[in-house]
Amino acid sequence: MSLLEVDDLEVRFPTETGMVEAVRGVSFRLGRERLGVVGESGSGKTITGRAILGLVRPPGQVRARRMLFDGIDLARLDEHGMRRLRGQRMAMIMQDPKYSLNPVMRVGRQLTEGLRLRERMSRSEARKRALEALEAVKIRDPERVYDAYPHELSGGMGQRVMIAMMLIPGPDLLIADEPTSALDVTVQAEVLKILDALVRERGMGLIFISHDLKLVSRFCDRVLVMYRGRVVEEIAADRLDQARHPYTRGLLECLPRIGGPRGHLPVLTRDPAWEEA
Amino acid sequence: MAAMIEIDGLDVTFRVKGHEVRAVQKAGFTVEAGESYGLVGESGSGKSTILRAICGLAPVTGGTIRIEGRPLGSRRDKAFARKVQMVFQDPYASLHPRHTLDRILSEPLAIHGLGDHDRRVVAALESVGLPASFRFRYPHQLSGGQRQRVAIARALMLEPQILLLDEPTSALDASVQAEVLNLLWDLREERGLTYLMVSHDLAVIDHMCDRMAVMEAGRIVETLERPDLLAGRFRHPYTRKLFEASLEAGG
Repeated sequence: MSLLEVDDLEVRFPTETGMVEAVRGVSFRLGRERLGVVGESGSGKTITGRAILGLVRPPGQVRARRMLFDGIDLARLDEHGMRRLRGQRMAMIMQDPKYSLNPVMRVGRQLTEGLRLRERMSRSEARKRALEALEAVKIRDPERVYDAYPHELSGGMGQRVMIAMMLIPGPDLLIADEPTSALDVTVQAEVLKILDALVRERGMGLIFISHDLKLVSRFCDRVLVMYRGRVVEEIAADRLDQARHPYTRGLLECLPRIGGPRGHLPVLTRDPAWEEA
Repeated sequence: MAAMIEIDGLDVTFRVKGHEVRAVQKAGFTVEAGESYGLVGESGSGKSTILRAICGLAPVTGGTIRIEGRPLGSRRDKAFARKVQMVFQDPYASLHPRHTLDRILSEPLAIHGLGDHDRRVVAALESVGLPASFRFRYPHQLSGGQRQRVAIARALMLEPQILLLDEPTSALDASVQAEVLNLLWDLREERGLTYLMVSHDLAVIDHMCDRMAVMEAGRIVETLERPDLLAGRFRHPYTRKLFEASLEAGG
């Protein structure tokens, strides 16, 4: 059985100028693997992730024929039921640590808040768990980071703190939204290694949302390519160079390559037919 | 003839709460007229700080910066602005949100007492591939790529010879990045501009520049010509990391 089954997911937002259909009939299955979701800004990839976790706020409307997480139908779950899953069994890492960590709360308190509330853990026990989590994401001086405020950390450290926070409850499903986009290549590699170990060692399912085709092709097992709210292509990550859809091909071709031809890069000519593909 | 940009032994030191942060240390390179030169490195390596130092936006504590042979003093005058202009990374932050494109683009003209603003604003919009009908729009009515085109148009209003480009496409989607790089390519060919371009993406620098300097922790650790890069003729481990990260493409 798949860990997650999404069948015909739709997300819509009413706006002054009419209904915006952000996600239009997305279906996929996820096992204990690394699934990449790529597309440009506005393609609906982040909203898809948020919809799975029930994080689309009204007036946004989410509808799906079926959304099964480990046999539980998320589409029929109320907010109370969702809260029991969210954070515990499914979690999301947001894009930017600058905006996702509480700037006036020390890292340690943010890491232990959930443990203290949910599991009624003692302060010292929660601290021990948090320090272990910081070590697991290869933070060299966990004690210092535990007592630090977010602004005292670099972008890479902040990102690792967010990963540690999501890992403490040991979720079965992790949705990572551009987790490495704000990071330098050297730090990026370390963060990917941590995520990879989690999939392999804990058997977690990972949805890796990114605009970076190169990165996804080397890190994930499978890739969904999204365009204007639809999945236009699904392909094994190591075969991305054989992608068939003109949008996927266009995205690959418009990237400059070292030693590639100079002058004009190919640009994407958008075909209205792709929206219905 | 003197080089367009000549930087020699440049030090930039910030003083924060009694600490000294040496953001750039003994950096030196020259950019010839009409050349496109790249600076690559991680965030915090000092590459953007060099651009800011040229514009007088960072505290230079040692070394010299020469533009066409003339050393720059501690202040940048109007003549400097007519020769050197900068395009910033984030087109969401670099345009005034409550000014129309018309006002954004005519401000440099007003400061420098240049007339004929109707014609110049429309010509500037057209030169970056935006329709004249955009003239009275506000930045929030534009996409990221369109905003960056406006930022480039603004930099070109005074017809400078040098553009300092600070990660001009990092905030853009891949397909939009290609369009903006193509625009920058054409503008340089048409106007004989000199570019000094900063990016963390080695492939972008390789595409746009013939020569480049690799920076790490405030220092230039390696300078390369384009063929060296392709042939893998570099020594520094950091250059190798950047190189490997840009090679592993899907295609």
